[in-house]
Amino acid sequence: MPRLNAAQRHEVAFTLNGAPARVEVEPRTLLTDALRHGLGMTGTHVGCEHGACGACTITIDGMPARACLTLAVAVEGCDLRTVEGLAPEPGRLGVLQAAFRRHHALQCGFCTAGILMSLDAYLRHRPHATRDDLTDVIGGHLCRCTGYAPIIAAAVEAAALLRGEPTEETPTYA
Amino acid sequence: MKPARFDYLRAASLDEALEALTRHGDEARIVAGGQSLVPMLNMRLTKPALLVDLMRIETLCAPRRENGALVVPAGTRQALLLDRPGLADEVPLLAAALPLVGHVQTRARGTLCGSVAHADPSAEVPLCLVALEGEVHLRSAKRARRVRADDFFVGMMVTDRADDELVEAIALPVRRPGTGYAFAEMARRHGDFAIVACAGVVDGQRMRLAVGGVADRPTARDWPLLDGAALDDALNALAWDLGAGDDLHATARYRRDLVRRLGRRVLEQAAEEARRCQG
Repeated sequence: MPRLNAAQRHEVAFTLNGAPARVEVEPRTLLTDALRHGLGMTGTHVGCEHGACGACTITIDGMPARACLTLAVAVEGCDLRTVEGLAPEPGRLGVLQAAFRRHHALQCGFCTAGILMSLDAYLRHRPHATRDDLTDVIGGHLCRCTGYAPIIAAAVEAAALLRGEPTEETPTYA
Repeated sequence: MKPARFDYLRAASLDEALEALTRHGDEARIVAGGQSLVPMLNMRLTKPALLVDLMRIETLCAPRRENGALVVPAGTRQALLLDRPGLADEVPLLAAALPLVGHVQTRARGTLCGSVAHADPSAEVPLCLVALEGEVHLRSAKRARRVRADDFFVGMMVTDRADDELVEAIALPVRRPGTGYAFAEMARRHGDFAIVACAGVVDGQRMRLAVGGVADRPTARDWPLLDGAALDDALNALAWDLGAGDDLHATARYRRDLVRRLGRRVLEQAAEEARRCQG
């Protein structure tokens, strides 16, 4: 492909939550900024901008990725999903999202979008994930509100629901 | 922060990438998974004029077996290798260490060769490569060469790679019969860089301990089979030789203590495994 000039904007095309999307970016533009500023998709949050906090996690071709460590020009032709794509329709929550609400697995919500995307990607590949597996996945995210226990409880419950298993009705406020 | 400006080339072939490196030398940087380089770009610790992206070169994706080694090319992501069936039998040390590399989310993007090229002194993949006496395959437009891992790592984030070369692959020797392998590290949180990481390889004649996180590069020592006080003495001598320093994360004294304790643990574990697979 031709070399993309640093000072110019270049069009990048990809699939975003199932629909075609195009955005104009400089080569140095991070995917976080392309999504938020270029496309107005502000569900993906920006925390540390060096891959440590996990708030910006999305999925690229089905795998979790830090959007802040991804150049927008590198996702040409890829299949991207962000938190905006999780709910089945406006006004309804996805299974994971509903479990998070039941378990009070968020307070300020800044980290939540990233955690949901990580868990969504993981459970698609590994529906029989154990509590330890899910704790390990959540270990890739920083949450300064909840102390993680309700997040783990919500993830475990959502995994069971997605497998079609019955779950206990009472939420765990750990 | 945001990166400074750079040109971007999504290389369609290895030749195209090598040609760009020949033309631009140290002005150009290779980007693969980006999990080490992009943070440095974001913090403006590095400001290349050109980024050459390797990840669309299909021939660089799949690991292969070659001359008793698992050859992992530049485009192989850590998550892909971790999911390789039989990795724990093939390269047990790597199977033990890879889950400690970053997090699920970074392993999904990061590559093994990228970690080796980045050469952080506390990173797990370079440590495994040194412990296993593996090789780094370097290639420029003019020539290809293979460098022993011990010689490749020169200092803190400094390697033997020339400006016009790229790390085309790493070669990790596969499990030898009658040999045990073990890995252990101490980090503040799971997924953080290790304060100290140790990899042990033990067979019927020899024990090899590689240590990361202390010196400016992963460093290995070979000993005959030691135990008891003789092993204590050897570990203590190594702990002091590595020249541990104080920093934000740990004191020099704590690091030396970790070398002694984790070192003993991995060597004992590897020796036990070696006995098991001999018996």
